[in-house]
Amino acid sequence: MDERIPGWLITLTASVSLFIMVFLIYFLLQEGIPTLREVSLKELLLGFDWYPTEEPPALGMAPLIVGSMTVTLLSAVMAVPFSFLIAIFLSEVAPSWFREILKPALELLGFLPSIVLGFLGMVVLAPWLQERFDLLSGLNLFNASLLMGAMIVPIVASLAEESLQAVPRELRDACYALGATRWETIRKVVLPAALPGLLSASLLGIMRGLGETMVVLMAAGGAALVPISIFDPVRPLTSAIAAEMGETPVGSAHYHALFFAGLLLLTMTLGINLISMWIEKKGKERWMA
Amino acid sequence: MSRKLVDRGASILLWTSAALLVLGLLSILAYLMANGAESMSWEFVTRPPRDNMTKGGISTPIIGTLQLVIVSMVFAIPVGVATGIFFAEYATEGPFTTALRLCVRCLAGVPSVVYGLFGLSLFVVFLNFGSSLLSAGLTLACLSLPLIVTASETALLAVPQDFRLASYALGANKWQTVRKVVLPAALPTILTGAILSVGRVAGETAPIIFTGAAFFTPKVATSLFDEVMALPYHIMVLATAGTHIEQTRPIQYGTVLVLILLVMGVSSLGIILRARLRRNRR
Repeated sequence: MDERIPGWLITLTASVSLFIMVFLIYFLLQEGIPTLREVSLKELLLGFDWYPTEEPPALGMAPLIVGSMTVTLLSAVMAVPFSFLIAIFLSEVAPSWFREILKPALELLGFLPSIVLGFLGMVVLAPWLQERFDLLSGLNLFNASLLMGAMIVPIVASLAEESLQAVPRELRDACYALGATRWETIRKVVLPAALPGLLSASLLGIMRGLGETMVVLMAAGGAALVPISIFDPVRPLTSAIAAEMGETPVGSAHYHALFFAGLLLLTMTLGINLISMWIEKKGKERWMA
Repeated sequence: MSRKLVDRGASILLWTSAALLVLGLLSILAYLMANGAESMSWEFVTRPPRDNMTKGGISTPIIGTLQLVIVSMVFAIPVGVATGIFFAEYATEGPFTTALRLCVRCLAGVPSVVYGLFGLSLFVVFLNFGSSLLSAGLTLACLSLPLIVTASETALLAVPQDFRLASYALGANKWQTVRKVVLPAALPTILTGAILSVGRVAGETAPIIFTGAAFFTPKVATSLFDEVMALPYHIMVLATAGTHIEQTRPIQYGTVLVLILLVMGVSSLGIILRARLRRNRR
């Protein structure tokens, strides 16, 4: 047998990922773009009425886009600082016995299926919020953001820890030698040095939040309205797709609109991914120099 | 003096947040255990649902979940490991390798519900597999591929260079070296990565809702083209649809507990195995 054949086969199999990516983009475009024959791009992106089952359907996605952004941003505001604290603790402070507990705990939290968090939001957190704050419904922006925060923490914390660990030891030693305390060293030397890594970790967390589906589907309340308070219900793009695709006839205007929503999500998450990759690259170049 | 106080305060803050995380996770798990325990019985895990899913067990969703995991892994593991071998052993710097790396990284960031749309348009509609075990399994395979690629590549790169050189010195060619020396040495770590991705796949809901998960089906799937019930989707159905939401609460908690035990059990196994492998290497 020609000994180059296995190499070719391996290369061929490896290109499956390339094919999946190409097909993914192709099929979303193929099923999403026809929407533009029914509604203008302006109406799709800026229209505030999402009544896809009316006749004729109103396909304004602005409330869904705003819904996705508010849940993601609110959860990032809650989860990112906490994740950084966890990462700093793991990398700079934790004694090894506590590290041995915290690391697996963090990882297990990352493995908690999102449906379980969504279920908890619906069954435990929502009734509590409703009673505590005297709300019409506990299924709202705040509930979903809190749980989505719990999903983001493991990702951001473990990536942030890696970038803190990558800061050369000499920098810390030099700082201690000047008489600085541990916190001063962390704040003035370690954090600035790890900044690109921390930034890209946060972005990857935000990317994950934007694409998260089950938590927002179950705990966000599902009303396609622009929220005014944090206790208003929202309907992010992901939960609209998950909730509505099942009952939508293949090929209808609504069907194509939901694929367009998927296309928007893909564009946003890929954009964030590329930015974070670019930041990581810049960060690595820093230590190479 | 105040500098020391600030330092002290910061330490307390860091310790508190870490403790909060551990306590949070433990209380979630304890809460689910306590509430799910009462519905747990041999009947519950071995009998199918009955009376409109208001009574009976969850055997069909359990088996469906296992079937989905098997189908997805049958496709994802060979392709993922081959891609890992490509990156670790064969890839040369160039536009193809760069594009492939970019794809794997981007696939890892694609939202799970978008995988669902992709599976719907490619497998269900275009390839006409219908809403089925095969469509849903393939969709999950695409989703888990980046995880397995990364795990395999890392595992292969950790195999010492001396192994390869020794094999070449004995006159083996590249493929013989990869197959007989490098791959066996990396196999335990690759398997660990595969176990961890099983933990991920078993809990996924969004990608299977419109590619093959059934609201209800009375029997276990006997062909790749049957729909299956799955634990995550079953939880969602019981908790959000139908008129018996309050009545089926015990079944909901029971199903959550089974899913948690399955996912956390598999993931913990992976985490423990990996830790042992790392210790042995040192």
